[in-house]
Amino acid sequence: MSAAAEERSARAPWALTAPALMLFVGVLLIPLAMTVMLSFHDWGQYKGIEPVFILKNWHEIATDPYYAEMFWRTFRIAILTTFLTAVLGAPEAYILNRMSGRWKSFFLLIILGPLLISVVARTLGWALLFGGNNGLVNKLLMSLGAIRSPIPFMFTETGMVIALAHVMMPFMVLSVWAALQRLDPQIENAAMSLGASPATIIRRIIMPQIMPGVLSGAIIVFSLSASAFATPAIIGGRRLKVAATLAYDEFLNTLNWPLGAAVATLLLVALVLIVVGSNSLIERRYAEVFR
Amino acid sequence: MRQNGPLALIFHTIFVIVMAAPILVVCLVAFTPEGFLSLPTNGFSLRWFRTILNYPEFIHAFWVSLGLGALSSFVSLLFAVPAALAIARYRFRGRDALAALFLSPLMIPHVVLGIAFLRFFTSAGLGGSFAALIIAHVIIVFPFALRLTLAAATGMDRTVEMAAVSLGAGGWTLFRRVTLPLILPGVISGWALAFIQSFDDLTMTVFLAAPGTETLPVRMFLYIQDNIDPLVTSVSACVIAITMTALILLDRFYGLDRVLAGKGDTGR
Repeated sequence: MSAAAEERSARAPWALTAPALMLFVGVLLIPLAMTVMLSFHDWGQYKGIEPVFILKNWHEIATDPYYAEMFWRTFRIAILTTFLTAVLGAPEAYILNRMSGRWKSFFLLIILGPLLISVVARTLGWALLFGGNNGLVNKLLMSLGAIRSPIPFMFTETGMVIALAHVMMPFMVLSVWAALQRLDPQIENAAMSLGASPATIIRRIIMPQIMPGVLSGAIIVFSLSASAFATPAIIGGRRLKVAATLAYDEFLNTLNWPLGAAVATLLLVALVLIVVGSNSLIERRYAEVFR
Repeated sequence: MRQNGPLALIFHTIFVIVMAAPILVVCLVAFTPEGFLSLPTNGFSLRWFRTILNYPEFIHAFWVSLGLGALSSFVSLLFAVPAALAIARYRFRGRDALAALFLSPLMIPHVVLGIAFLRFFTSAGLGGSFAALIIAHVIIVFPFALRLTLAAATGMDRTVEMAAVSLGAGGWTLFRRVTLPLILPGVISGWALAFIQSFDDLTMTVFLAAPGTETLPVRMFLYIQDNIDPLVTSVSACVIAITMTALILLDRFYGLDRVLAGKGDTGR
């Protein structure tokens, strides 16, 4: 290759990515930096935003138990949602994987399709199913004799977790599904021929191999649940606040932007730390799988 | 391989019913003839679909969403196609960092993006404008446009390009006549997936939309906050129908499994 051509091919990738890079620096990195800065500004009911550097908002979040409770609720809901999707999604992915071709793709479409359907529409469906004390879910559970008195689903954490688990389920099924594709069915057959019971096969052969898929699905579900907005806002109503709905309130109702920016920054930092931390933990634990 | 036992099939049946139930309920209630929410509903009527026409704010929001989705997906492809070609073909310093940056909108919570864009566009004097919405949506749909284009560019047969070069094609002609047609299925699918993402986004858009620029999800969300009635279910049913149409097109062009397979992971 001539020197000129070599120089051209060294410059080409940068020329091709430059427009997108400029776009991302200009309208993603700069706005994010501005938000972090905004969280250190002052705010007053009458004076509005004052561009000074103070720790007032951060001090308020650190000392007022309201915020501790709100963040604890946010992460509690996210953890329960993650647990629910893992416990139900992993077996379902396994069952799906054992189905024959046509049924497999049909059910895969039913389970994964909702991923692309508006979250507002899906949550509305849950609001209709929960609907007060004589909603369809309660009627069904009572006629089955599972419960005596109706469970309150609307405006409760129970309802939020169920609806969120439904919204997040496709991510878990997809992630476990991907892990199952790497699994060699011959190992299962070998275990069976050596006399292992179905329970032993699941516990000793399947579980260890799909665990990385469950865990990486859990990270996705956790981070999306902890920052979810539409489902907590519709099912939780105005009283049961999570981080995302609180930040929304501060920005569009109270208009205390610096405080809202501090809540958002804290949410972002907490999520990045949790996601990066657990990712590296999983990769160390299951290094051989990712190789 | 062993078959699923009866217990597994019962579990599977309940699972599928629960997954489909909320969506089916919305579509069912949309056809109610009653003037209020009733479940189970009896009878069949299109009255709530006709009622939508009396609410110009829903109609307007629909056009905003449609225009926003179509335009922002197109603009994001203008940036994503060259970037995907560079990432697919060259090994250069900073390549991984660039790819991570371009996929980062998947990892940053949309509520944080909404706040960041609200702050940014308000200080730029573009608060609540359609232009601000387009720029913000270009960023959030970019990873989807990039990923599908990247998959097409990576799997492309380079010998055709080399043949074209040997015949004297170069630069723009090479791209327009050879490269682009070869990666077109990926590009179109990227556009469709980006469109769905833009069309459905609520969390980020709710921060940016002003009364004239409310998108359909934002309008629906604000409506649900006040009251839930059959009107919003018929609007939702329309949204579901539109998404389903896009899904089927996507399936025809590209295969839904391939589109979705890449959706769960966060850029690794």
